[in-house]
Amino acid sequence: MSQVPADLRYTKEHEWVRVRPDGTAEIGITDHAQSALGDVTYVDLPKPGAKFAAGETFGTVESVKAASDLYAPVACEVIESNAGLDAAPDLVNREPYAGAWMIRVRLTDPSSVAGLLDASAYSASL
Amino acid sequence: MSDPISRTPLHPLHVELGARLVPFAGWEMPVQYSGIIEEHHAVRRACGLFDVSHMGEARVRGADAARLLDRVMTNEMATLRAGHARYTVMCQPDGGCVDDVIVYRLGDREFLICLNASNAAKDVAWLRTHAEGLDVEVLDECARWAQLALQGPRAEEILAPLTPVPLAGLKRFAFAEGAVAGAAGCLISRTGYTGSPGFEIYLPAASAVPVARALLEAGRPLGLIPAGLGARDSLRLEAGYPLYGHEISERISPIQAGLGWAVKFSKPDFIGREALRRQAEGGPPSSVVLFSLEDRRIARQGAAVFAGELKVGEVLSGTQSPTLGKPIGSALVAAGHAGSSALTVDIRGHRVPMSLSAGPFVK
Repeated sequence: MSQVPADLRYTKEHEWVRVRPDGTAEIGITDHAQSALGDVTYVDLPKPGAKFAAGETFGTVESVKAASDLYAPVACEVIESNAGLDAAPDLVNREPYAGAWMIRVRLTDPSSVAGLLDASAYSASL
Repeated sequence: MSDPISRTPLHPLHVELGARLVPFAGWEMPVQYSGIIEEHHAVRRACGLFDVSHMGEARVRGADAARLLDRVMTNEMATLRAGHARYTVMCQPDGGCVDDVIVYRLGDREFLICLNASNAAKDVAWLRTHAEGLDVEVLDECARWAQLALQGPRAEEILAPLTPVPLAGLKRFAFAEGAVAGAAGCLISRTGYTGSPGFEIYLPAASAVPVARALLEAGRPLGLIPAGLGARDSLRLEAGYPLYGHEISERISPIQAGLGWAVKFSKPDFIGREALRRQAEGGPPSSVVLFSLEDRRIARQGAAVFAGELKVGEVLSGTQSPTLGKPIGSALVAAGHAGSSALTVDIRGHRVPMSLSAGPFVK
């Protein structure tokens, strides 16, 4: 079974959101998603300052098998992309919830995260 | 209604080994066990064991067996000696491919043909249609055989202690019948679809699980791991081998696919000869090229190929090459552009320059 940490929020498209103490948030893809993708070879991420509406494509994760779009779980503006994934895209497979966060964002509406799935609802959707 | 999905005799072992199973050509097949890249490297550096039991088999026998095969195959069959195998294409009258197959000569009047899973039923029907009036029978043996591919530099070391068949004397594209791990009635062939040395083993379906277990156990200390269709695809693409439905198809002929070496115009007649001869002499309208990219993005099947702003082709297969550490692929490119150094491929709106390769990416 794939891991679904209790302290994160999720989308049906298998992204996770972690709200940090300073109010910014990190976004990545779930253990289930990395397992389905297989060996990740490249993550194409946006530059700081890029703005996305909820559901909009913010990047692409490429595995040996397929390329998959990454969707913004909520409206946000990118503060930082994870540069570590450029040299080590396989972090997505090894540490989907830790080293492989993809973008750090400023939430357009901090309350929007509450509308996402919690761990039990996401687990039930798998 | 789609046909029910088939399972190979090795299905219980795949489940036990934790394989990820996916539908492929009507079969539920392992796409990977530990991971495509790890399995790929294992085949290049040590050894991998693949279940390829989805591949079909047809037996052709009778006084006119060689005559039938020389009628339907582009390569020469009469000169194939017993105990040897030959790669060939089976073409339509217009030169498009019915399938690409390996023909094993069992005896003067008897052959075994290895068919692609997706084409097996079509191939058997095609062979039977063209057998009319000849003294030959075409037997569908798809359900009788399981197939294992043991591929990698350590393959011979792993297999030799498990069979009385003298492997050292078995040259490439030669085969011998004998037991493997105590299972009688196997056929061991020094062939493969990976670009690494190794064997393909045809075995009675009931022997598949015990033989696979014996191979995995014997090979584990030498680095053998089970490998799935994902690694099989990246391995064959590095080796430049065509995959039916990609580099060859009913619309892509063997001449276009660079398989002219397997088309013998010295034969007075075979199906597709005239169309293929016109293509070979006048040049085909488009041809298959291999390419690599100096980029992180992979150009996948269907991606458009451009010369300047003109679309001149499309990608047929694409993957990340674990050996080269960069994306590779094949593309069908219009005549006049197949040697171009200025082609680009569109990947999600990015135009990425293509480096065309003169040959396979691995020897």
